[in-house]
Amino acid sequence: MMSNLRNNKDFFAGLMFILIGAGAVFIARDYPIGSATRMGPGYFPVALGGLLFLFGVYIMVQGVIKKEKMQGTWSMKAWIILPIATIIFGYLMDHGGFVPALVALVFASAAAGDEFKFREVVLMTVVLTVASVGLFIYALELPYPLFPWSR
Amino acid sequence: MEIFHNLIYGFSVALSLQNLWFCFIGVFLGTLIGVLPGIGPLATIAMLLPVTFNVPPVAAMIMLAGIYYGAQYGGSTTSILVNLPGEISSVITCIDGYQMARQGRAGPALAIAAIGSFIAGSIATVLIAVFGPPLAEMALKFGAPEYFSLMLMGLVTAAVLAQGDMVKSLAMVVLGLLLGVVGTDVNSGMSRFAFDIPELTDGISFVVLAVGMFAVAEIVSNLGETEERQVFTAKVTHLWPTFDDMKRSIGPILRGTALGSFMGVLPGTGPAIASFSSYMVEKKLAKDPSRFGKGAIEGVAGPESANNADAQCKFLAMLTLGIPSSAVMALMLGALTIQGIAPGPQVMTQNPDLFWGLIASMWIGNLMLVVLNLPLVGLWVSLLKVPYRIMFPAIMAFCCIGIYSVNNSALDVYMASFFGVVGFLWRKLECPPAPLLLGFVLGPMMEENLRRALLISRGDATVFFTRPISLGFMIATALILVIMIAPAVRKRREQFTD
Repeated sequence: MMSNLRNNKDFFAGLMFILIGAGAVFIARDYPIGSATRMGPGYFPVALGGLLFLFGVYIMVQGVIKKEKMQGTWSMKAWIILPIATIIFGYLMDHGGFVPALVALVFASAAAGDEFKFREVVLMTVVLTVASVGLFIYALELPYPLFPWSR
Repeated sequence: MEIFHNLIYGFSVALSLQNLWFCFIGVFLGTLIGVLPGIGPLATIAMLLPVTFNVPPVAAMIMLAGIYYGAQYGGSTTSILVNLPGEISSVITCIDGYQMARQGRAGPALAIAAIGSFIAGSIATVLIAVFGPPLAEMALKFGAPEYFSLMLMGLVTAAVLAQGDMVKSLAMVVLGLLLGVVGTDVNSGMSRFAFDIPELTDGISFVVLAVGMFAVAEIVSNLGETEERQVFTAKVTHLWPTFDDMKRSIGPILRGTALGSFMGVLPGTGPAIASFSSYMVEKKLAKDPSRFGKGAIEGVAGPESANNADAQCKFLAMLTLGIPSSAVMALMLGALTIQGIAPGPQVMTQNPDLFWGLIASMWIGNLMLVVLNLPLVGLWVSLLKVPYRIMFPAIMAFCCIGIYSVNNSALDVYMASFFGVVGFLWRKLECPPAPLLLGFVLGPMMEENLRRALLISRGDATVFFTRPISLGFMIATALILVIMIAPAVRKRREQFTD
C-alpha cells in the first residue's frame, strides 16, 4: 500500500492541505468566532481552514485514484544549500556586516550549483560585492555597516 | 475633450527628466530579464521594490511597469532568434518566429513583433485613458458586498485559468488567504497565527513571499535541470518587413490587440492565455492554415500584440478598482501601498499625476522599446551566453539584499528561505504559486469587506445576491466555475495545458 503512494503528487499535496487546514482551525479555535453579523477574529480563519481541509481531502482522494507521480528531479543539493545560504546572509546582516554577509551568500550559493570553479567564484564574489556596496550602500544610502568592526 | 486634456497632462508628467530616466531603466531591465530565461518579471519586481523606496511614487511605478511590459517584449526576441522563450507569454511566438528566423527572415519577424507590440501598446494606452475614468466612477459606488464579490470572482478566475489542476489552484488561493490572515486583526487588535513572534504581528511581507516562491524556489528548480542552450543565432540581415508582410500582419495585430485588451481586463488571465488564443484565432481565420508552424508572420504578429495589450490593460483594473488581476499586479499594488498610496478608485482623483503619468509613460516606454531594441538585438542574444552558474548567485544576492532592506529584518530573510523551501515542494506537487500570492494580497481586503457587508446586512448573506452589481459578479463567478467543470471544456483544457 505505502509503495503505491510513493511520489504520488496529489496524495501528498492533499495531505499537506489537510494538515495546514486542520492546523489553522486548531490554532484559531482560541480566537473568538463571533456571529455572522459581528465576526470575531476567528471567523474567517476557521472558515478558510475548514475549506482548505475539504479541498485537501478531495485532492488526496483524486491522488489515490489517479496515481500520478511527481515529475523531474529533486535537485536536493540546491534545495538544501540555497536556503541555508540565505539564512547565513540574514544572520550576518544582523551580527556581522554587509560585506561578510554578501561574501558568504555568494560563495555558499555558488556551491549549490553543479560546477564550482574556485577562481571564477572568487572573482564573481569580488565583483558582486563591490558592485552591491557601490549600488546599495553608496548610491541608495542603505544604512548598513560594511564590516563587523564598523558597526 | 477631457481625454486629450488628461493625456496631455499625463505626458507632461511622464516626460519629466526623472520619469523618463526611470522609464528607461524599467524597460531596459524588463527586456534584460525577458531575454534571460529563469528569471521573470515577478521575481525582478519583488527584488527591485526596495530600490524604489527612496524614489517618488510616480517614478517608482513607471519603472516597475516598464519592467513588466518590457519583459513581454524581451521574451519575444529570444523566442524568434534562438527558439527559447524568455517568458511564458512568448512560448507561442517560438512556433512561427523561430521558423522565420531559420528561413533567414529573423529581421522581419523581430520587426513585426516590435511594431505589433507598439501598435497594441498605443491602442491599449488610449483604451485605458477612455475607460479608466468611467470605471473608477463606477467603482466609487461599490460598497463592501460589491468588492467582496468582485474579489471572489477575481480569485476564482485566477485559480481556474492557472495552469494545472483547478482544485489545487483553488486550494492554493485559500492557503494564500490564510497566510494573509497572519498578523494583527484590525477590528479586534488580536494577533492571529503570530506565535508570539513580534515581527509576525505585522503580518508576512508579500516581498518575502514573492521572492521565496518565485526567485529562490525557481533557482532551485532550474539547478535541477541540466541546461542545454543550443544557440542557433540567426543572422539578422535586413530588418524591415516587406509590403506583403505588413499587409498580412495588420489584421492579426489589430485582432490580437482586441483579444489582449479584452483578456487583460478580465481578472485572472495571464498574458500566455492572450497570446495563445490570438494564435488560435489567426490559424482559424487564415486562408491557408497549413502555413502556420512553417514561418507564418501572422503567428508572430498576433500573439505578440495580444500579450502586450494584455500586459497594459491589466493596469486598468489595478489602478481603478484597486484589485490585482494577476500576481504581478498584486506586487504593483503592494508597491503602491509601500509608497503610501491607498489603492482604489480614488487614486485617479487624488493622485492624477500617478494615474495619467503612468499611462503616458507606457506609451513612451513602448516607443523606447522599439527604438532601442531593434538595433540592440545582438547584445541581447549574446547575453544568453552567460552561463547560469554565474547568473544565479547574483540573483540570490539581489534578492536577499532586497528582502532585508524592506524592514531591516533578518527574520524576513529567514522567512523567504522558508518559502523557498516550501515553494520548491509546491512546484514538485504541482501546486501553482501564483494563485497563492493573489489570495495572500487580497486576503485582508476580502475579510474586511466580508465583515462590513455582513455587518450592514445584519448577518444576512443574501446581500451578495440582492444588490445588482454584486449579483452580476456572483453569476459570472458561478458561470466560470460551471463552464470549467463541464466535461467537454475540461478535456480541452487538459490538452491546452499539456
